[in-house]
Amino acid sequence: MTGGPSGPDGRAPEGRAPDRRAAAVPAAGGVALDRAALDVLMPMALIVAPTGHVAHAGPTLAKLRPGRALVGARFLELFELRRPRHVSDIAALAVQAGAPMHLAFRDAPRTGFKGHAVPLRGGAGLLVNLSFGIGAVEALGVYDLTGADFAPTDLTVSVLYLAEASAAVQEESRRLTHRLLGAKSAAEEQANTDTLTGLRNRRAMDLVLERCAAGREPFALMHLDLDFFKDVNDRLGHAAGDHVLRAVAAILREETREADTVARAGGDEFVLIFGRLTDRDRLAGIAARLLRRLAQPILFGGTPCRISGSIGIAMSQDYAQPAPERMLHDADMALYSAKNGGRGRHVFARDLAAGPAAE
Amino acid sequence: MHGMISRSIQCFLQDTYGHSAWADVAAAVGRDGDGFEAMLQYDPAETEALLCAAVQRLARPRETILEDLGTYLVAHPHMQMIRRLLRFGGAGFVEFLYSLDELPERVRLAVPDLGLPALDLCEHGASRFTLRVAHPHPGVGHVAVGVLRAMADDYGALVLLEHLGRRDRVETVAVELADTAFSAGRAFDLRMRAG
Repeated sequence: MTGGPSGPDGRAPEGRAPDRRAAAVPAAGGVALDRAALDVLMPMALIVAPTGHVAHAGPTLAKLRPGRALVGARFLELFELRRPRHVSDIAALAVQAGAPMHLAFRDAPRTGFKGHAVPLRGGAGLLVNLSFGIGAVEALGVYDLTGADFAPTDLTVSVLYLAEASAAVQEESRRLTHRLLGAKSAAEEQANTDTLTGLRNRRAMDLVLERCAAGREPFALMHLDLDFFKDVNDRLGHAAGDHVLRAVAAILREETREADTVARAGGDEFVLIFGRLTDRDRLAGIAARLLRRLAQPILFGGTPCRISGSIGIAMSQDYAQPAPERMLHDADMALYSAKNGGRGRHVFARDLAAGPAAE
Repeated sequence: MHGMISRSIQCFLQDTYGHSAWADVAAAVGRDGDGFEAMLQYDPAETEALLCAAVQRLARPRETILEDLGTYLVAHPHMQMIRRLLRFGGAGFVEFLYSLDELPERVRLAVPDLGLPALDLCEHGASRFTLRVAHPHPGVGHVAVGVLRAMADDYGALVLLEHLGRRDRVETVAVELADTAFSAGRAFDLRMRAG
């Protein structure tokens, strides 16, 4: 049992000397502890002299302010007391012995602490024990501390361990969610894509048409059917037919805008949906350009495949209530009218006797 | 069995033996290349099948593969998190050994259903220990040998490890400490790294 003026923290503070008997408590029935033992047991404890000056600071606490001597500083100038509030002197603190304290450094980094204090015997001041509490993760991110800076009974390092372990598990969950989302959108993409041409499929076309019909924006749809495609298939085989379909898909993509929908509705039938396109002349221009390009021979292994196409066009503004089924039907009618009138032509549904205008 | 276990075997095979080796093993157990999800549960029989397929594909003894898996879990750059969490056990290797008793408890806080083996450390003198590893799945003791070897390396300690066999679901590993400051070891900082 030591703790006289030559104790381990024998630096003489400036101003009024704090009570040096503070760390030794030699009283009958009491517990006597020297400062070295105190440092082992509570490395984040402070002894505050009756004058309000810090008489002793535990080694871990001292590590938090490496450039600054805690001993000799006034406790309430070092720390802002958040709970209990409005405490202006140590005597007031001593009255609330054992009650929970919340405090924080007044200078940066303004680390917060949980603590409690008990008065030392013989009016020797206060023993204040501190811990990082739940703020451990933040505190340990700031200071250069190791596990050895904490008493084995202190769960600070365990809190940090748990925080990291839980962050790692969350990260793993996040990765799983991302993978699942990726797989979901890939599956959706696949479910909406025609595998041969890479265009949208009939299912996707129905979805887009439904969305267009439900929305307020006008739109137009073209129904394109290839002419002489069966000849190519019969004469040169399915490989040639597939090649022609892919070449047609490329032409359709080139001649439409990114936002337009180009779908292979089945066999050699294609449906193109143009959002916000209401200009009959522009639609006619697009149709004519498509048909011109389709009339160019498509080479398959050096053999030219000759096809052409016919197009029927329906425009949503011709309908009071544009229903996808009705519009597809009318475009289909227009398409057959185009075929009957000679191939490589386009016809607008509204020009048919039984078209939308007839209602 | 927790997906983290199958997943870590998968990562071990991918990172150590390459994607084609993993693809072969995955095909042998009827999985696609994505393999196992860490956050899902799998039938323990599936994990066992995975191990058997790895033994066949790599043509190496099961014990060796399990020990390498243990080393991989600590030493591979992709597994920094595990090494870091284990280093929380203590400032030195002996302290780390003592911390093993409470490791399953700690892990349970973060991943309640991981089902880590019960670990029991016995001390036979200052530098001789035995670690008893209790788990229904045979071979977990070999994983422990690999983990201990890598952790000793991490702490800079020189240890002799020996798997003493399995009896009643308990495998025993002898740990003999030759030197606790054999090399500098790797640095460990409580501060979380960014990211």
